[in-house]
Amino acid sequence: MEALISLFVKSVFIENLALAFFLGMCTFLAVSKRIATAIGLGIAVMVVQTLTVPANHLIHAYLLKEGALSWAGLPDVDLSFLVYLASIGVIAAIVQILEMVLDRFFPALYNALGIFLPLITVNCAILGGSLFMIERDYNLAESVVYGFGSGFGWALAITAMAGIREKLKYSDVPAGLQGLGITFITAGLMSLGFMAFSGIQL
Amino acid sequence: MSDEIQAAVEEEEFDFEKVKPVLVEPLVDNNPIILQVLGICSALAVTSQLSTALIMSIALTSVVTASNTAIAVIRNHIPASIRIIVQMTIIASLVIVVDQILKAVAYDISKQLSVFVGLIITNCIVMGRAEAFAMQNPPLASFFDGLGNGLGYSLILIAVAVVRELFGSGSLLGVEILPLVKNGGWYEPNGLLLLPPSAFFIIGLLIWAVRTWKPKQVEAPEFRILPAHGEVA
Repeated sequence: MEALISLFVKSVFIENLALAFFLGMCTFLAVSKRIATAIGLGIAVMVVQTLTVPANHLIHAYLLKEGALSWAGLPDVDLSFLVYLASIGVIAAIVQILEMVLDRFFPALYNALGIFLPLITVNCAILGGSLFMIERDYNLAESVVYGFGSGFGWALAITAMAGIREKLKYSDVPAGLQGLGITFITAGLMSLGFMAFSGIQL
Repeated sequence: MSDEIQAAVEEEEFDFEKVKPVLVEPLVDNNPIILQVLGICSALAVTSQLSTALIMSIALTSVVTASNTAIAVIRNHIPASIRIIVQMTIIASLVIVVDQILKAVAYDISKQLSVFVGLIITNCIVMGRAEAFAMQNPPLASFFDGLGNGLGYSLILIAVAVVRELFGSGSLLGVEILPLVKNGGWYEPNGLLLLPPSAFFIIGLLIWAVRTWKPKQVEAPEFRILPAHGEVA
């Protein structure tokens, strides 16, 4: 249990997907103009991440890993080169299913999150989370915690970024830095702040 | 049928003068990273050394060129409702090929790049160009559009990597350029440049420099501070 809690804290702060690995930067910079939309997108990423990382873990462990097909009588088959294709397929499928389920059963939630779901398929934080899970060989419990933690960390980062940008629009920025330029510098300073967590030993 | 004939006619009228802007514009005027804000993730993460940045540039340029061409060839046969999945499958297959080649030819660098080769799949440049250009244009023009955007990305990646490796560890491609103090030289390396946040600062400053050079790219401020009472605007 303790190991799982420390994994959660690590994935939220120390290895924050947005600010330590720069994943999902395109959406991070493009959709962080308002706090309300940033929170919506953050929650959507959290939900999708919590579902896709364990799902990809199961597919990797029982279908693709070297020797994973031994239950089907094929112990020598190694399909690990298919990881990319399988992961992105799983992500696209889960996003699509989630969209349909929300539309059918939770229309209010669908109206709030629906527009962000297509964006999530091409968000590298989601694919990155699954690939990190495979690279680090997490087990099922760890991959659930890692999925939730990394999604939460990403949501935290984009919400904080949106908060800063809402204030920032009242400041007098040089013409060339207006918009994208100052956003990059702000993200750099935030990332510097998050690096302070890296000294924490858990 | 008529679409195919039209496509054939378009290809016959092909001449380099028409393609040149498609190839050259993404370099500075419409750069994928600093203006279209696409494909930033990898630009930040792989630039602490020039060698990884170079390999990443080659990998991405070949994927975006090949995927643009492939998607343009079958663009009239892709049903609109499942086009994203079709594009994803083509891109993911190409990335698998690139990844396998890298593992065979340059294993050490492919280990250093870790998940970032796989993340080319979700690199918005590849998807963005497929969606915005290759779905509407013939294969040859799409080929040059892919090449141009790949090179525009590479340009920024290499520029950032040169600054980070040269001033962060005093070398380029592992060859010592500025002799370090710890090896008896005079240069004290700037450790900040090896840390991830420095990439944000360098790209931010790069955007500032390019927009000062090309004022057309400057974004209008959302909010303007009015001059105070009595002050001359």
